[in-house]
Amino acid sequence: MDYADSDTLRAPGRRETDLLLPHGARGVKVVVVGGFGVGKTTMVGAVSDIPPLTTEERMTQAGVGIDHNPGVTGKNTTTVAMDFGRISINEELILYLFGTPGQERFWFLWNGIFEGALGAVVLVDTRRIEVCFEIITRLEDRRVPFVVAVNTFPDAPQYPLPELRTALALSESVPLVTCDARDRASCRDALLSLMVYLCTLAAQETA
Amino acid sequence: MTSDNPKPWEEGTPVPLYVITGGEGSSAKTFDLVTLIATRSAPDPSMQPEQASILTMCEYPLSVAEVSAYLSLPFSVVTVLLSQLVDDQRVEAIAPVPVAAFPDRGLLEAVIHGLRRL
Repeated sequence: MDYADSDTLRAPGRRETDLLLPHGARGVKVVVVGGFGVGKTTMVGAVSDIPPLTTEERMTQAGVGIDHNPGVTGKNTTTVAMDFGRISINEELILYLFGTPGQERFWFLWNGIFEGALGAVVLVDTRRIEVCFEIITRLEDRRVPFVVAVNTFPDAPQYPLPELRTALALSESVPLVTCDARDRASCRDALLSLMVYLCTLAAQETA
Repeated sequence: MTSDNPKPWEEGTPVPLYVITGGEGSSAKTFDLVTLIATRSAPDPSMQPEQASILTMCEYPLSVAEVSAYLSLPFSVVTVLLSQLVDDQRVEAIAPVPVAAFPDRGLLEAVIHGLRRL
Protein backbone atom coordinates (compact mmCIF):
# COMPACT_ATOMS: atom_id res chain seq x y z
CA MET A 1 0.00 0.00 0.00
CA ASP A 2 1.07 3.53 -0.30
CA TYR A 3 0.87 6.29 2.22
CA ALA A 4 0.00 9.08 -0.14
CA ASP A 5 -3.05 9.86 1.95
CA SER A 6 -1.33 9.76 5.30
CA ASP A 7 -0.90 13.53 5.29
CA THR A 8 -4.61 13.96 5.50
CA LEU A 9 -4.44 13.05 9.16
CA ARG A 10 -2.43 16.18 9.69
CA ALA A 11 -4.93 18.79 10.71
CA PRO A 12 -5.47 21.42 8.05
CA GLY A 13 -5.18 24.07 10.73
CA ARG A 14 -6.19 27.64 10.38
CA ARG A 15 -7.31 28.66 6.95
CA GLU A 16 -7.66 32.17 5.72
CA THR A 17 -11.40 31.92 5.17
CA ASP A 18 -11.81 30.86 8.80
CA LEU A 19 -10.53 34.14 10.11
CA LEU A 20 -13.91 35.63 9.31
CA LEU A 21 -15.67 32.96 11.24
CA PRO A 22 -16.21 33.33 14.96
CA HIS A 23 -17.77 30.60 17.02
CA GLY A 24 -21.51 30.74 16.76
CA ALA A 25 -21.71 30.52 12.98
CA ARG A 26 -24.19 28.12 11.43
CA GLY A 27 -24.30 26.11 8.25
CA VAL A 28 -26.91 25.95 5.52
CA LYS A 29 -26.84 23.92 2.32
CA VAL A 30 -27.80 24.03 -1.31
CA VAL A 31 -27.58 21.01 -3.57
CA VAL A 32 -26.39 20.96 -7.18
CA VAL A 33 -27.79 17.92 -8.89
CA GLY A 34 -27.39 16.59 -12.40
CA GLY A 35 -26.24 13.66 -14.49
CA PHE A 36 -22.71 12.36 -14.71
CA GLY A 37 -20.27 14.83 -16.25
CA VAL A 38 -22.70 17.73 -16.38
CA GLY A 39 -20.37 20.04 -14.47
CA LYS A 40 -21.56 19.82 -10.87
CA THR A 41 -18.08 19.84 -9.36
CA THR A 42 -16.99 22.57 -11.77
CA MET A 43 -19.88 24.70 -10.61
CA VAL A 44 -19.17 24.02 -6.94
CA GLY A 45 -15.51 24.91 -7.49
CA ALA A 46 -16.37 28.09 -9.37
CA VAL A 47 -18.17 29.71 -6.43
CA SER A 48 -16.51 28.03 -3.44
CA ASP A 49 -14.11 29.83 -1.10
CA ILE A 50 -12.03 26.66 -0.95
CA PRO A 51 -11.09 24.10 -3.60
CA PRO A 52 -13.87 21.48 -3.70
CA LEU A 53 -13.57 18.78 -1.05
CA THR A 54 -14.93 15.27 -1.19
CA THR A 55 -16.95 13.45 1.41
CA GLU A 56 -17.92 9.86 0.91
CA GLU A 57 -20.25 7.27 2.23
CA ARG A 58 -20.13 3.51 2.13
CA MET A 59 -23.13 2.03 0.46
CA THR A 60 -24.03 -1.40 1.70
CA GLN A 61 -27.53 -2.87 1.74
CA ALA A 62 -28.94 0.08 -0.14
CA GLY A 63 -27.22 -1.05 -3.30
CA VAL A 64 -28.63 -4.56 -3.25
CA GLY A 65 -30.56 -5.23 -6.40
CA ILE A 66 -29.46 -1.95 -7.89
CA ASP A 67 -25.73 -2.29 -8.36
CA HIS A 68 -25.07 -5.41 -10.32
CA ASN A 69 -21.61 -6.77 -9.97
CA PRO A 70 -21.76 -10.07 -11.79
CA GLY A 71 -18.75 -12.18 -11.01
CA VAL A 72 -17.78 -10.09 -8.02
CA THR A 73 -18.76 -12.02 -4.94
CA GLY A 74 -18.06 -10.78 -1.46
CA LYS A 75 -18.15 -7.17 -2.56
CA ASN A 76 -20.98 -5.70 -0.57
CA THR A 77 -19.86 -2.11 -0.19
CA THR A 78 -19.59 0.65 -2.74
CA THR A 79 -18.26 4.09 -2.03
CA VAL A 80 -20.26 7.04 -3.20
CA ALA A 81 -18.40 10.33 -3.22
CA MET A 82 -19.84 13.81 -3.15
CA ASP A 83 -17.92 16.98 -3.91
CA PHE A 84 -18.74 20.13 -2.03
CA GLY A 85 -17.60 23.65 -1.45
CA ARG A 86 -18.34 26.46 0.94
CA ILE A 87 -19.14 30.14 0.73
CA SER A 88 -18.80 32.33 3.81
CA ILE A 89 -21.95 34.42 3.54
CA ASN A 90 -21.33 36.54 6.61
CA GLU A 91 -19.94 36.11 10.09
CA GLU A 92 -22.86 33.96 11.12
CA LEU A 93 -23.60 31.93 8.04
CA ILE A 94 -21.74 29.45 5.86
CA LEU A 95 -23.39 28.21 2.70
CA TYR A 96 -22.33 24.71 1.68
CA LEU A 97 -22.85 23.60 -1.87
CA PHE A 98 -23.07 19.85 -2.52
CA GLY A 99 -22.73 18.31 -5.95
CA THR A 100 -24.90 15.21 -5.97
CA PRO A 101 -25.03 12.53 -8.62
CA GLY A 102 -28.46 12.26 -10.16
CA GLN A 103 -28.20 8.64 -11.25
CA GLU A 104 -30.93 6.43 -9.95
CA ARG A 105 -28.67 4.23 -7.89
CA PHE A 106 -27.52 7.20 -5.81
CA TRP A 107 -30.98 8.33 -4.90
CA PHE A 108 -30.81 6.51 -1.58
CA LEU A 109 -28.41 9.22 -0.51
CA TRP A 110 -30.89 11.94 -1.10
CA ASN A 111 -32.72 11.68 2.18
CA GLY A 112 -29.85 13.05 4.21
CA ILE A 113 -28.72 15.53 1.62
CA PHE A 114 -31.99 17.27 0.96
CA GLU A 115 -33.15 17.32 4.54
CA GLY A 116 -32.85 20.92 5.63
CA ALA A 117 -31.46 22.10 2.28
CA LEU A 118 -32.61 25.52 1.09
CA GLY A 119 -33.14 24.17 -2.39
CA ALA A 120 -31.45 22.73 -5.44
CA VAL A 121 -29.94 23.76 -8.74
CA VAL A 122 -30.58 21.18 -11.45
CA LEU A 123 -27.71 21.37 -13.91
CA VAL A 124 -28.60 20.37 -17.46
CA ASP A 125 -26.51 19.33 -20.44
CA THR A 126 -28.59 19.89 -23.59
CA ARG A 127 -26.97 16.83 -25.17
CA ARG A 128 -28.42 14.59 -22.46
CA ILE A 129 -31.56 16.32 -21.43
CA GLU A 130 -33.39 13.06 -20.64
CA VAL A 131 -31.25 12.60 -17.51
CA CYS A 132 -33.13 15.50 -15.93
CA PHE A 133 -36.66 14.17 -16.19
CA GLU A 134 -36.32 11.80 -13.27
CA ILE A 135 -34.34 14.28 -11.22
CA ILE A 136 -37.02 16.92 -11.64
CA THR A 137 -39.80 14.46 -10.84
CA ARG A 138 -37.92 13.34 -7.77
CA LEU A 139 -37.42 16.91 -6.53
CA GLU A 140 -41.08 17.72 -7.10
CA ASP A 141 -42.12 14.59 -5.17
CA ARG A 142 -39.93 15.62 -2.29
CA ARG A 143 -41.10 19.23 -2.48
CA VAL A 144 -37.56 20.49 -2.79
CA PRO A 145 -37.65 23.93 -4.46
CA PHE A 146 -35.32 24.08 -7.43
CA VAL A 147 -34.21 26.12 -10.40
CA VAL A 148 -32.89 24.66 -13.64
CA ALA A 149 -29.56 25.88 -14.99
CA VAL A 150 -28.48 24.90 -18.48
CA ASN A 151 -24.72 24.52 -18.59
CA THR A 152 -23.56 26.14 -21.82
CA PHE A 153 -20.98 23.68 -23.08
CA PRO A 154 -19.30 25.19 -26.14
CA ASP A 155 -20.05 22.13 -28.28
CA ALA A 156 -23.56 21.50 -27.01
CA PRO A 157 -26.55 22.49 -29.13
CA GLN A 158 -28.09 25.80 -28.10
CA TYR A 159 -31.85 25.93 -27.81
CA PRO A 160 -34.02 28.88 -26.92
CA LEU A 161 -35.04 28.67 -23.27
CA PRO A 162 -38.81 28.47 -23.98
CA GLU A 163 -38.11 25.43 -26.15
CA LEU A 164 -36.09 23.83 -23.36
CA ARG A 165 -38.83 24.61 -20.88
CA THR A 166 -41.28 22.71 -23.04
CA ALA A 167 -38.84 19.84 -23.53
CA LEU A 168 -38.31 19.59 -19.78
CA ALA A 169 -42.05 19.90 -19.10
CA LEU A 170 -41.13 22.57 -16.62
CA SER A 171 -43.83 24.66 -15.02
CA GLU A 172 -43.78 28.38 -15.87
CA SER A 173 -43.05 29.29 -12.27
CA VAL A 174 -39.74 27.40 -12.05
CA PRO A 175 -36.82 29.62 -13.08
CA LEU A 176 -34.82 28.37 -16.05
CA VAL A 177 -31.44 30.03 -16.64
CA THR A 178 -28.31 29.41 -18.64
CA CYS A 179 -24.96 29.32 -16.95
CA ASP A 180 -21.32 28.59 -17.60
CA ALA A 181 -20.29 26.20 -14.82
CA ARG A 182 -16.68 27.40 -15.12
CA ASP A 183 -17.57 31.01 -14.52
CA ARG A 184 -17.88 32.32 -10.96
CA ALA A 185 -20.24 35.18 -11.77
CA SER A 186 -22.42 32.96 -13.91
CA CYS A 187 -22.74 30.29 -11.18
CA ARG A 188 -23.35 32.97 -8.58
CA ASP A 189 -26.21 34.27 -10.71
CA ALA A 190 -27.70 30.77 -10.94
CA LEU A 191 -27.59 30.53 -7.15
CA LEU A 192 -29.11 34.00 -6.87
CA SER A 193 -31.97 32.95 -9.13
CA LEU A 194 -32.65 30.10 -6.69
CA MET A 195 -32.63 32.49 -3.71
CA VAL A 196 -34.92 35.00 -5.42
CA TYR A 197 -37.24 32.13 -6.36
CA LEU A 198 -37.28 30.98 -2.72
CA CYS A 199 -38.19 34.52 -1.66
CA THR A 200 -41.08 34.46 -4.14
CA LEU A 201 -42.28 31.13 -2.78
CA ALA A 202 -42.03 32.42 0.79
CA ALA A 203 -43.97 35.55 -0.14
CA GLN A 204 -46.71 33.47 -1.78
CA GLU A 205 -46.94 31.35 1.32
CA THR A 206 -47.41 34.30 3.65
CA ALA A 207 -49.74 36.18 1.27
CA MET B 1 0.03 -15.78 13.54
CA THR B 2 -1.79 -17.32 10.64
CA SER B 3 -5.39 -16.87 9.86
CA ASP B 4 -7.93 -19.18 8.35
CA ASN B 5 -9.70 -16.25 6.83
CA PRO B 6 -9.99 -17.09 3.15
CA LYS B 7 -10.75 -13.51 2.16
CA PRO B 8 -7.97 -11.82 0.24
CA TRP B 9 -6.33 -8.80 1.80
CA GLU B 10 -8.13 -5.70 0.71
CA GLU B 11 -5.62 -3.04 -0.25
CA GLY B 12 -7.99 -0.13 0.05
CA THR B 13 -9.01 -0.62 3.66
CA PRO B 14 -6.14 -2.01 5.70
CA VAL B 15 -7.80 -0.95 8.94
CA PRO B 16 -11.41 -2.00 9.35
CA LEU B 17 -13.46 1.09 10.01
CA TYR B 18 -14.91 -0.33 13.22
CA VAL B 19 -11.40 -0.22 14.66
CA ILE B 20 -11.31 3.53 14.10
CA THR B 21 -14.72 3.99 15.70
CA GLY B 22 -13.73 1.85 18.70
CA GLY B 23 -16.24 -0.80 17.77
CA GLU B 24 -19.19 1.48 18.20
CA GLY B 25 -21.32 1.90 15.21
CA SER B 26 -24.87 2.27 16.30
CA SER B 27 -24.88 5.12 18.78
CA ALA B 28 -24.19 7.91 16.31
CA LYS B 29 -26.19 11.02 17.08
CA THR B 30 -27.94 12.86 14.34
CA PHE B 31 -25.42 14.88 12.44
CA ASP B 32 -26.17 16.72 9.27
CA LEU B 33 -23.52 17.16 6.59
CA VAL B 34 -23.46 20.84 7.54
CA THR B 35 -23.64 20.50 11.32
CA LEU B 36 -20.71 22.64 12.47
CA ILE B 37 -18.20 21.16 14.88
CA ALA B 38 -16.36 23.47 17.27
CA THR B 39 -13.57 22.30 19.58
CA ARG B 40 -14.15 22.88 23.27
CA SER B 41 -11.01 21.28 24.73
CA ALA B 42 -7.44 20.67 23.62
CA PRO B 43 -6.47 17.18 22.46
CA ASP B 44 -4.64 15.08 25.00
CA PRO B 45 -1.79 12.74 24.08
CA SER B 46 -3.65 9.57 24.93
CA MET B 47 -6.32 10.24 22.35
CA GLN B 48 -6.75 8.32 19.17
CA PRO B 49 -5.11 10.24 16.27
CA GLU B 50 -8.36 10.72 14.36
CA GLN B 51 -10.07 12.30 17.34
CA ALA B 52 -7.04 14.43 18.17
CA SER B 53 -7.04 15.65 14.54
CA ILE B 54 -10.68 16.62 14.82
CA LEU B 55 -9.98 18.70 17.92
CA THR B 56 -7.11 20.48 16.19
CA MET B 57 -8.91 21.15 12.91
CA CYS B 58 -12.16 22.29 14.53
CA GLU B 59 -10.56 25.01 16.57
CA TYR B 60 -12.34 27.07 13.94
CA PRO B 61 -15.71 25.46 13.29
CA LEU B 62 -15.92 23.06 10.37
CA SER B 63 -18.86 21.13 8.98
CA VAL B 64 -19.06 17.37 9.44
CA ALA B 65 -18.62 17.09 5.66
CA GLU B 66 -15.32 18.97 5.90
CA VAL B 67 -14.12 16.82 8.79
CA SER B 68 -14.96 13.75 6.71
CA ALA B 69 -13.06 15.19 3.73
CA TYR B 70 -9.96 16.20 5.70
CA LEU B 71 -9.77 12.85 7.51
CA SER B 72 -10.58 10.88 4.33
CA LEU B 73 -13.11 8.89 6.31
CA PRO B 74 -16.71 8.11 5.35
CA PHE B 75 -19.37 10.39 6.75
CA SER B 76 -20.90 7.67 8.94
CA VAL B 77 -17.53 6.83 10.52
CA VAL B 78 -16.92 10.50 11.30
CA THR B 79 -20.32 10.84 12.95
CA VAL B 80 -19.45 7.99 15.33
CA LEU B 81 -16.15 9.67 16.25
CA LEU B 82 -17.98 12.95 16.73
CA SER B 83 -20.66 11.37 18.92
CA GLN B 84 -17.96 10.22 21.29
CA LEU B 85 -16.36 13.67 21.34
CA VAL B 86 -19.72 15.34 21.96
CA ASP B 87 -20.43 12.89 24.82
CA ASP B 88 -17.04 13.75 26.32
CA GLN B 89 -17.84 17.46 25.86
CA ARG B 90 -14.69 17.93 23.84
CA VAL B 91 -16.55 19.40 20.87
CA GLU B 92 -19.78 21.24 20.40
CA ALA B 93 -22.10 20.32 17.54
CA ILE B 94 -23.95 23.33 16.14
CA ALA B 95 -27.06 22.30 14.25
CA PRO B 96 -27.64 23.82 10.79
CA VAL B 97 -29.96 26.76 10.32
CA PRO B 98 -33.40 25.17 10.48
CA VAL B 99 -35.10 25.38 7.10
CA ALA B 100 -38.85 25.01 7.17
CA ALA B 101 -40.92 24.24 4.10
CA PHE B 102 -40.38 27.88 3.24
CA PRO B 103 -37.15 29.34 4.56
CA ASP B 104 -37.02 32.48 6.59
CA ARG B 105 -36.93 35.68 4.56
CA GLY B 106 -34.12 37.14 6.65
CA LEU B 107 -31.98 34.08 5.96
CA LEU B 108 -32.63 34.29 2.22
CA GLU B 109 -31.80 37.98 2.15
CA ALA B 110 -28.55 37.35 4.01
CA VAL B 111 -27.61 34.68 1.47
CA ILE B 112 -28.52 36.95 -1.45
CA HIS B 113 -26.47 39.75 0.03
CA GLY B 114 -23.52 37.40 0.59
CA LEU B 115 -23.69 35.96 -2.93
CA ARG B 116 -23.77 39.41 -4.52
CA ARG B 117 -20.44 40.15 -2.91
CA LEU B 118 -18.82 37.14 -4.62
